[in-house]
Amino acid sequence: MAKVQLDKITKVYENTFTAVKEADVIAEDKEFVVLVGPSGCGKTTVLRMIAGLEDVTSGKIFIDDKVVNNVLPKDRDIAMVFQNYALYPHMSVYQNMEFSLKLRKTPKPEIDKLVKTAAGLLGIEQLLDRKPKQLSGGQRQRVALGRAIVRQPKVFLFDEPLSNLDAKLRVQMRAEIIKLHKKLETTIIYVTHDQTEAMTMGDKIVVMKDGLILQIDTPINVYNHPTNKFVAGFIGSPAINFFDGTIGKKGKRLHFDFGTFSVDIPDTYDDSLKDYVDKDITMGVRPEDIYHKKYSSNAEIPAEMDAQVEVVEPLGSEFVVNFLTRDTTFTGRLEPKEEPKMGETMTLVFDMKKVHFFDKETEETIV
Amino acid sequence: MNKTRHWYQYVIIYSILLLFVAISIFPILRVLTISLRPGDNLLNTSLRIIPEDATWANYVQLFTEKPFLTWIKNSLLVTLAVTIIGVALSSTAGYAFSRYKFPGRRSGLLALLVTQMFPATMLLLPLYIMISKLGLVNSFLGLIVMYSASALPFCIWLMKGYYDTIPPSLEESAKVDGAGKFYAFWKIILPLASPALVITALFSFMAAWNEYVVAAQVLWYEDMFTIPLGLKSLQGNMTTQWGMYAAGALIISVPVIIVFLVLSKWLVSGLTLGSVKG
Repeated sequence: MAKVQLDKITKVYENTFTAVKEADVIAEDKEFVVLVGPSGCGKTTVLRMIAGLEDVTSGKIFIDDKVVNNVLPKDRDIAMVFQNYALYPHMSVYQNMEFSLKLRKTPKPEIDKLVKTAAGLLGIEQLLDRKPKQLSGGQRQRVALGRAIVRQPKVFLFDEPLSNLDAKLRVQMRAEIIKLHKKLETTIIYVTHDQTEAMTMGDKIVVMKDGLILQIDTPINVYNHPTNKFVAGFIGSPAINFFDGTIGKKGKRLHFDFGTFSVDIPDTYDDSLKDYVDKDITMGVRPEDIYHKKYSSNAEIPAEMDAQVEVVEPLGSEFVVNFLTRDTTFTGRLEPKEEPKMGETMTLVFDMKKVHFFDKETEETIV
Repeated sequence: MNKTRHWYQYVIIYSILLLFVAISIFPILRVLTISLRPGDNLLNTSLRIIPEDATWANYVQLFTEKPFLTWIKNSLLVTLAVTIIGVALSSTAGYAFSRYKFPGRRSGLLALLVTQMFPATMLLLPLYIMISKLGLVNSFLGLIVMYSASALPFCIWLMKGYYDTIPPSLEESAKVDGAGKFYAFWKIILPLASPALVITALFSFMAAWNEYVVAAQVLWYEDMFTIPLGLKSLQGNMTTQWGMYAAGALIISVPVIIVFLVLSKWLVSGLTLGSVKG
């Protein structure tokens, strides 16, 4: 129903702290955009600026191609779900949900219809007479969603809506919000610090750090082609492994040296890495690109190394294993059939086709 | 909490409670006794609560021979005005101090606090000069201004403290839902602050209802007296009409008792401000 565009928006607080620096984001109509980053990265500030709860220091915010910088929150036709739900404690669920409709002078029968429809959609019809105090966390979350969807706004803003729920409920609500988005076909801008939420929910994710936008792309592209070391480390769980080392050259072949080990680098990387020969560099390997030698048929360009199994975390469907090579530890994700045992030494295979290289100084991705 | 107590613990707890009840009730019972005694029996040392020759004469006299009804009316007028002003101004001022950043916010709060450090009698002279320059001596308005000025600082701090415990996201949510600033305050925040409003109302009420010293400076004419002044006027140079004095004292405490009983439900939740979040 609406496109939201942020054009170089900057937020500087009175104490001269810059919370957001020249952020450019476009949320297309019906798109689910997730702003993700560690706490204090400015993602919530961006959301609050879109809502109109925070002034914009410079830059422009467009909703449907109209600049809304000086439009009051109430006139922006947005709905927001807050981290603490912000349900009105003295009102029943029904009153909470009709609040915005009453303010818009919707006729009573229509209000009733809209509230009941929204309640039905979320499965909270039987709670309409209750006060927020009498609801469980998950129910409150639903009411907060209901209050937002009842008046069919142009844009939904979510500010870490799932962070107060327990793990199981979080997964469940995640799925429900995705379903809701499919059903309502409304633009959603969603803020979270949880990379899993970002990966699973977003059509597009915006990774932020220290007020800067580091990357905007689809979840899969961000995962497979992070623009820098921070994004690579932030997205993905368990996190990517970083190895600091140098690029060496033996004959025509490049190899990556770290400590006592060295792995060959496939020639597809030659062009990108040729300037880094004999220089410090960081290599990133995702845990799932590490295999037991015996079961490494999936590795497209294998490179072998030995490592000691330090800690095994059996998760049932997979094992998360901490390995140790001399002084470096790293994490792998092995299948149960690979049977990692604590203390044993394993011959591992890195899939060199999937590794990333980062400039040690700038932390930007080389390839 | 440990819920199983021994019987002797109950004995101790209840004897202490009863002792304090007795201490607080005894003076009131004495006043009741005196109010019921006929004039020639005042100095009797009997401890009977209802004296032998009990009479309503003092009560009748109070209403027939003295302008007691006028005093009550005056007191009610002043007290209601102070209560309304106290609640209206402190609920809004407290909100501003709690939610908005403006120049002078900190110093304003501090200044309010500082006024509470001086005893009211010290402010009597400057306040009187101000009132008299404004031509408000011998007017209820003058009294209302002085009472409100003395009750407001505490009430504003109280309201501010309570608003601080209400998450700002509630107003933000209301704003996003389509409410203006005032509507969000009126419909969302004020109802939630009702415990603090009750305390504020009670405090303003008490500040005006029982006050004597300031009233004695501002009001000179008997038909403008508030109840405390009226009662004091029963105290002559030669004699004091103790019987009527006692009767009057009992009558004026009735509204206070009623107000406390009605508001006690909110009072308890108000005094534990901020300890429970819904």
